[in-house]
Amino acid sequence: MMLDREITMRGSSVTDESTLPGDARPTSGANRGISVFDLNIYYGDFLAVADVSMEIEARSITALIGPSGCGKSTFLRSLNRMHEVIDGARVEGSVRLDGEDLYGSGVDPVAVRRRVGMVFQRPNPFPTMSIYDNVVAGIRLNSAKLRRAETDEIVERSLRGANLWEEVKDRLDQPGSGLSGGQQQRLCIARATAVEPDVLLMDEPCSALDPISTLAIEQLMLELKENFTIVIVTHNMQQAARVSDRTGFFNIAGTGKPGRLIEIDDTKRMFSNPTEQATQDYVTGRFG
Amino acid sequence: MTSVMNDVTAPTVGLDARRMSRAAEGAIAAVSLLLGISIPNLLGNGKWGWILIVAALSYVSLTYVGSRVLEDRRQATDRVMRATLTVAFVLVMLPLLSVTWTVIREGVSRFDGTFLGGTMRLTPEDLLAQREGFAAGGAFHAMVGTLIITGLAAAIAIPLGLLTAVYLVEYGRGRLARAITTMVDVMTGIPSIVAGLFAYALFVIIFGPGSRTGIAGGVALSVLMTPVVVRSAEEMLRLVPNELREASYALGVPKWRTILKVVIPTAVAGILTGITLAVARVIGETAPLLIAAGLAQETNVNPFDGRMTSLPVFTYYQYVQPGIPTEAGVERAWAAALMLVLIVAALFVLARVLANVLKPKGLR
Repeated sequence: MMLDREITMRGSSVTDESTLPGDARPTSGANRGISVFDLNIYYGDFLAVADVSMEIEARSITALIGPSGCGKSTFLRSLNRMHEVIDGARVEGSVRLDGEDLYGSGVDPVAVRRRVGMVFQRPNPFPTMSIYDNVVAGIRLNSAKLRRAETDEIVERSLRGANLWEEVKDRLDQPGSGLSGGQQQRLCIARATAVEPDVLLMDEPCSALDPISTLAIEQLMLELKENFTIVIVTHNMQQAARVSDRTGFFNIAGTGKPGRLIEIDDTKRMFSNPTEQATQDYVTGRFG
Repeated sequence: MTSVMNDVTAPTVGLDARRMSRAAEGAIAAVSLLLGISIPNLLGNGKWGWILIVAALSYVSLTYVGSRVLEDRRQATDRVMRATLTVAFVLVMLPLLSVTWTVIREGVSRFDGTFLGGTMRLTPEDLLAQREGFAAGGAFHAMVGTLIITGLAAAIAIPLGLLTAVYLVEYGRGRLARAITTMVDVMTGIPSIVAGLFAYALFVIIFGPGSRTGIAGGVALSVLMTPVVVRSAEEMLRLVPNELREASYALGVPKWRTILKVVIPTAVAGILTGITLAVARVIGETAPLLIAAGLAQETNVNPFDGRMTSLPVFTYYQYVQPGIPTEAGVERAWAAALMLVLIVAALFVLARVLANVLKPKGLR
């Protein structure tokens, strides 16, 4: 309930907030951490992810690793209720953002997604829109009426934040789909950050990119964690080790069984001296 | 390793397989044409159709024989398939070219100012002039009628069809959606005359017995047009990648706005093409309009009162009731057919231009 009101307020005050320089913007009065408690995720009758509880620390990077099909992407999508887009998907348990339950009875998933943004595996800029329009898509599509000067400011700030400004500033009116894969992914990050969410979810954001673009995105993540809580799913364990503060390991007992969170801890510890044998086996490449 | 290599007993085949030369290909085509012309003539029936059939058959068979002799079996199969496809393409194109050519040749003689500006309300002087072989009578009223009736049909069918397609793709699940899909399929198969009878019966209830109006014609055509719009728009909407919808949802955009601002703009070029095809499909309908809209001899711009003629109905009546002399009516029928072909062609050009302007940029 609280969340509803707060979102409405935030929505209507986009104009005021967006004119403030990056660091001075209001932080919604809270630390933007997420606590997940006893989360079960179903597709129809099929239990895909079982009994996940974890604390995701604010303004840090949490990496989720694990073999394919272990439910880490499903879990990630449940953090902003994106999994509900699929028919029959549902959730039991609670996900709290700053203490508010995202699955509370009065909570609008649309409002949740405005606070918890997402970047996908494959870059997906809107093909009908220019680079400029892509960045402000989240604001325009939410029907906020802004003056040109204000959107100009948001576009520049978001693109600078995504380390893309210098590369595209002379062709903002060109279509976003004309950029390279890495540039497109940074454009998508700029688009996600332009609506100023509290949390940024990244679902294998570098798996379709070459190493140089990957490096650019990783550096960007390290900068973004100053302002955002970041959760990233990755198959690349080096990447998890390079960028994340904490790492969670998901595993699956077998086909048809639910995925479970095996262990979550500081990244250093997870990659050097994990508690669980399965984690040790996975991070050292003994399986998976 | 080496022993395995030595065990392979397959004959060593060079990479440079034998290929038929350009000259041989040309010779085969020329000989087929020659056979096509000579055989029917020698047998005493030199009609175009026989020439084509013989030429096509000899082209395919000579290609096979030539390729088997000069090349290998795989090449021969490939060439026969290619020859068959080429022949099929030519056979399909011929009627199209023939119709276009005939309509232009026959229609152009009366495609004049009198035809474009006049109606069929003929004065005694007009009738006299017609009898003496001068141009009289026009199809202005039929062009206006066609535009009004088709416009009404489009105004009904496009929103209805688009909304149905959006429902089926974005919202429809379960039994209702399946029922609608089936109904749309059934609707596609409605004979056009039945659509005309339906519209006629419907407006008899409203306007009384014997009423024939433009709106009744429009409704009849919209019954035929709606399923075509639904089907094509549905296909186009399904082609929009789900990733774009998800990208929009993830920005906190509600579903309805995602559909309006992301999904439809991405698919708009294809949807427009589909709509144009649907319009082209109904603009030439004769039977339902004969029943629902009737025949008028002069311009009527009010679709709610009085009969309204369209170009196909005009063409039909000029042919079955040509007047005196007969040539006058037949010439008008050809000119009206030409007009109809031109309108459809213009629609296709318009759709192409719109699709090019509106298609997602940067996809190249």
